[in-house]
Amino acid sequence: MKILVMCKQVPDPDIKVKLNADGTGINTDGMKFVVNPFDEIANEEALRIHEKNGGAEVVVLGIGPKDITTQIRSCLAMGSNRGIHVVTDDVIDPDNVARIIQKVMDDEKPDLVLIGKQAVDDDSGQAGQILSALTGYPQACYASEIVLDDGKTKATVTREIDGGLETIDVNFPAIITADLRLNEPRYASLPNIMKAKRKEIKALSLDDLGFTPSPKVKLISLTAPPERQAGVIVKTVDELVDKLINEAKVI
Amino acid sequence: MSVLILAEQKKGKLVKASLGVMNIGATIASKMGTDYNVLLIGEGAKDAAAAAVNSGAGKVFVAEGDKVATYMDELWADITLDVANTAGATVVLGLATTQGKAVMPRVAAKLDAGMASEITGVTDDLHFIRPVYAGNLNAEVEITTEKKVATVRGTAFEPIAEGAAAAIEDVAIAADPAGYNKAFVKLEETVSDRPPLTEAAVVVSGGRGLKAAENYKIVEELADLLGGAVGATRATVDAGWIHNDYQVGQTGKIVAPDLYIAVGLSGAIQHLAGMKDSKVIVAINKDEEAPIFSVADYGLVADLFEVVPDLVQKVKAAKQG
Ligand SMILES: Cc1cc2nc3c(=O)[nH]c(=O)nc-3n(C[C@H](O)[C@H](O)[C@H](O)COP(=O)(O)OP(=O)(O)OC[C@H]3O[C@@H](n4cnc5c(N)ncnc54)[C@H](O)[C@@H]3O)c2cc1C
Ligand SMILES: Nc1ncnc2c1ncn2[C@@H]1O[C@H](COP(=O)(O)O)[C@@H](O)[C@H]1O
Repeated sequence: MKILVMCKQVPDPDIKVKLNADGTGINTDGMKFVVNPFDEIANEEALRIHEKNGGAEVVVLGIGPKDITTQIRSCLAMGSNRGIHVVTDDVIDPDNVARIIQKVMDDEKPDLVLIGKQAVDDDSGQAGQILSALTGYPQACYASEIVLDDGKTKATVTREIDGGLETIDVNFPAIITADLRLNEPRYASLPNIMKAKRKEIKALSLDDLGFTPSPKVKLISLTAPPERQAGVIVKTVDELVDKLINEAKVI
Repeated sequence: MSVLILAEQKKGKLVKASLGVMNIGATIASKMGTDYNVLLIGEGAKDAAAAAVNSGAGKVFVAEGDKVATYMDELWADITLDVANTAGATVVLGLATTQGKAVMPRVAAKLDAGMASEITGVTDDLHFIRPVYAGNLNAEVEITTEKKVATVRGTAFEPIAEGAAAAIEDVAIAADPAGYNKAFVKLEETVSDRPPLTEAAVVVSGGRGLKAAENYKIVEELADLLGGAVGATRATVDAGWIHNDYQVGQTGKIVAPDLYIAVGLSGAIQHLAGMKDSKVIVAINKDEEAPIFSVADYGLVADLFEVVPDLVQKVKAAKQG
């Protein structure tokens, strides 16, 4: 079977982003970029399916400027087989991301697409569902467990939803979005990092795919929300209770 | 031209955040000089409609029956699409719940519309405001397509005020639930007597400082005393100490209660993203450098195992006194 997994480059989620001087974007000076954490989880799951279910080819797809090859390479170093890099400097919204993935799917014909539930920069959480709607393949969002049947014709997916856990079956080809509890991604071993350097990353332009970007969502401006000010440090529980009752009046 | 809101219900009870979405929907409709309609789907939709009807909406569409006895993203999306098309909707709004977030991008794709996720505001020229980068920045975005889709953050808008009664209209469901290459297997619901996390006036959240699953009873006791809900961090959910349903944060639930008490949690960027709009924040942490103190109105630098039980006793005494 073939699994297509996504790889988006995002700023290190543990560092607080700041606006650039003219407020048109974020300040990327000295910024560290990483693989979107949900995509790492998706990659890990594809590798586990490969290991558990008697082999799968895992293809990593990244869309973005030249330097995202670093992140595609990290996914290959985890153990994925090969990469596809759709090279573009354009800002691609989730709708266009989904359309580009669809173009790649026409060629690759994967049985399963594993995609992050959300990119932690734009926090949209749309691409997987849009892809499912465009392709007509079933979606299983927010997966915390994926079990394949023996014939590898479908997956039983447990989903983290408001109010509990839902389990559904989706027939392949299917689109599954990864949530935090799906797995804990492995660290790449040194030999695998070396091996990844020789793995193929096929570069494609949007022209090669016959795709003209037509973003449906345009960024007008970015602003920093008002910072919440730190309040007071109380010394004792008595003081805290007094403040909550008499000052904040929340008890 | 009109606005359609996909509201949500559970077993015949309207999900409260629906009323906030109706509020912003009504605002958008009035900016557009049109009216807004509401759609409820699933078993219990008709019962839930009663809570949405006195709202000044044009119509409340109700899709009930065997076909929607079991929830499915694809089915809900296709019903919404059909109603949007027949009602001539140019703006379609949903809740930023796991259901709304799974359904609305499908609706957008099929309407060939752009979509904004988790909006917290709207400008006069119908641009949407939405938090990005874990809420560290706000983006103003323009959806350039004629039709526009959004999910609405539950904490951002007050429930709509009472208005004229809407007409209730049954929807004939054209979609076939068997046609989606997927099947429902089971649902394990979290059961709790406490108010839902996203609706509670008080939330008491515990982090890794609790040290073990059984110590959640310490925050539970405080939550129960205050009639509140219990929240968690990713770390404690990952550890299996508490169900995923209780994770507060960028990738969990967004809350903004009157009182948020953070116990033994550090206040990582991703956690702050889910609670920093709370009215009053209390932090209890033994590390005075913990980032949670930078957003707390009241901070107590102490060992939670000593002070939280004491806090419970003293609040009890104050309540009786
Ligand atoms: C993609 C991604 C998404 C994420 N999404 C979320 C999310 O939605 N929500 C979320 O919460 N996190 C999220 N995280 C995780 C986040 O980065 C932090 O790792 C997590 O919030 C830390 O949890 P914590 O505060 O419980 O643990 P820690 O950071 O370990 O903090 C424990 C705190 O307890 C204090 N403590 C210890 N013992 C005591 C004691 N006896 N008394 C008092 N205080 C004590 C310590 O001083 C410390 O500050 C996400 C991370 C990533 C990468
Ligand atoms: N530029 C990109 N390249 C590869 N995958 C992407 C890209 N943008 C989004 N994705 C995938 O789509 C998921 C959801 O993204 P979003 O809808 O932007 O939150 C991400 O977790 C990725 O798996």
